[in-house]
Amino acid sequence: MTPPRRLSIIPVMTARAWHTQQRRLGHGAAISTLLFVGDTWRLVFQSAGFIARGKVSLAETVRHMAQLGVDSLPITIATAASTGAVLAFYTAGVFVRFGATVFVGGTLALSFLLELGPVLAGVMVAARGGAAIAAEIGTMVVTEQVDALRSLAVSPVRYLVAPRLLACVLMLPVCGLVADFAGIGGSIIMSATSGVPVSSFFESVRSMATETDLIKGLVKTLWFGLTIAAVACRQGLRTERGAAGVGRATTSSVVLCVVLIFISDFFLAQILMGASVAAK
Amino acid sequence: MSVRGVCYRAEDRLILSDITFDVYRGEVLSLMGMSGSGKTTLLKCLGGLVRPTSGAILVGGEDIVRLPESELDRIRLRFGFVFQYAALFDSMTVFENVAFGVQHHRRIPMAELRQVVARRLEDVNLAGTEELYPSELSGGMQKRVGLARALAMEPSVLLYDEPTSGLDPVIGRAIDDLIVRTRDTYGVTSVVVSHDIETIFRISDRIAMLDVGVLLTIGTPEEVRNSDLPKVREFIYGDNGYDNLNRPPLTTMENAL
Repeated sequence: MTPPRRLSIIPVMTARAWHTQQRRLGHGAAISTLLFVGDTWRLVFQSAGFIARGKVSLAETVRHMAQLGVDSLPITIATAASTGAVLAFYTAGVFVRFGATVFVGGTLALSFLLELGPVLAGVMVAARGGAAIAAEIGTMVVTEQVDALRSLAVSPVRYLVAPRLLACVLMLPVCGLVADFAGIGGSIIMSATSGVPVSSFFESVRSMATETDLIKGLVKTLWFGLTIAAVACRQGLRTERGAAGVGRATTSSVVLCVVLIFISDFFLAQILMGASVAAK
Repeated sequence: MSVRGVCYRAEDRLILSDITFDVYRGEVLSLMGMSGSGKTTLLKCLGGLVRPTSGAILVGGEDIVRLPESELDRIRLRFGFVFQYAALFDSMTVFENVAFGVQHHRRIPMAELRQVVARRLEDVNLAGTEELYPSELSGGMQKRVGLARALAMEPSVLLYDEPTSGLDPVIGRAIDDLIVRTRDTYGVTSVVVSHDIETIFRISDRIAMLDVGVLLTIGTPEEVRNSDLPKVREFIYGDNGYDNLNRPPLTTMENAL
């Protein structure tokens, strides 16, 4: 019996489809990455123009500062304090065992000032505020409210993006600072229960950490704030196809923000470290 | 306003193909056609919300297709857009919605702004609804607030996207009357997108029909009614030759009005 011809062409068809798909995927991914970068920077520059010319509503900015910053503080404090406590639990245990108690406070403080405080604050604001920005703007796009703004000759960048960008950039350092204190607070309590006296903890912090470390961390939060607002607004404005589109925009916004925070954190650490070495 | 050879392509699909027509001052021009025929896209092109791929749209001698976004805002101020689902800002009250455009473009005292909003809401028979939120309004009321918001900017051209879709016949007819009354009161040029032929023949000075992105015909209601084009006849009279325009009047509807 002759084998069915259909079966014989399946591998060819599959290979062709795979090749086409791969070609499309590669091509599409490159173009969409370029589009994403271009769109996002365009929003940043346009918003900066409106902010520089004072064409941003103060009331809207303050409202977003409350929504994005102040409302994110409870979860930022909770995550930073518990991370600080867990870190201290492991660190203090090991350091005390090796007789290095004097390094516990400084090590934990530096960890928070340089790294954990800014990153935790960034991730929390991205998860809470970034998602809210993308969902809100995305809903406005699919319900034609953004078109309504344009029809009234009001720039969506001026009205929607610029106040959120300004609010996020202003509030992220505040969240970062609060995360630093909450994290170090959690560390102090846990270290004390692990046999590191509070006075020794503070002495260690004073000898190892400086104001510059705090400033370096806060510089990072400025960048994270810019990233979160710009990416979330861009994803929101690019929303397509109804409620499912809003869901996709929100998810992609959070994922992109968190990934970009971690990637940019690496480069910022190198740049800031390089800057401090050069200054010395 | 003149539309010259307008084409619009989205990804691989040609949505509008070589559309050419004029809109005369003070007329009500309706764009009719089946769903997906490109009516709303054309309306958004006229309002400067969608940029055509090629062609020209001349408004007062200026080609809005070639204008940069910042310049386009100047033209948009002369247009009012009434959206299919009203597109009211849902976090704002009716007052804030109607006042929004005026607040952004004219620095006027709050007392005067309140008067402007009250007048526009009276025009659409919604006086006293200032403090309500869009979610507290019916679909017909939302569309009328959308019209009030557009009117507050004192436009010279009003663009309506499916003004009666999703509304019951009584409210639909009230919206029809409102469109005609707005034209008569303010002398605005109106372009109405609809696939409701009762509305179209009731309010229009001229009618254009689109079919899969192509302008099939444009003329007075009488000319369109007597068109020999099969697709036009099919749209107006239906497959079985039933005349949708000369249906017996719905007594309940007439009585209600």
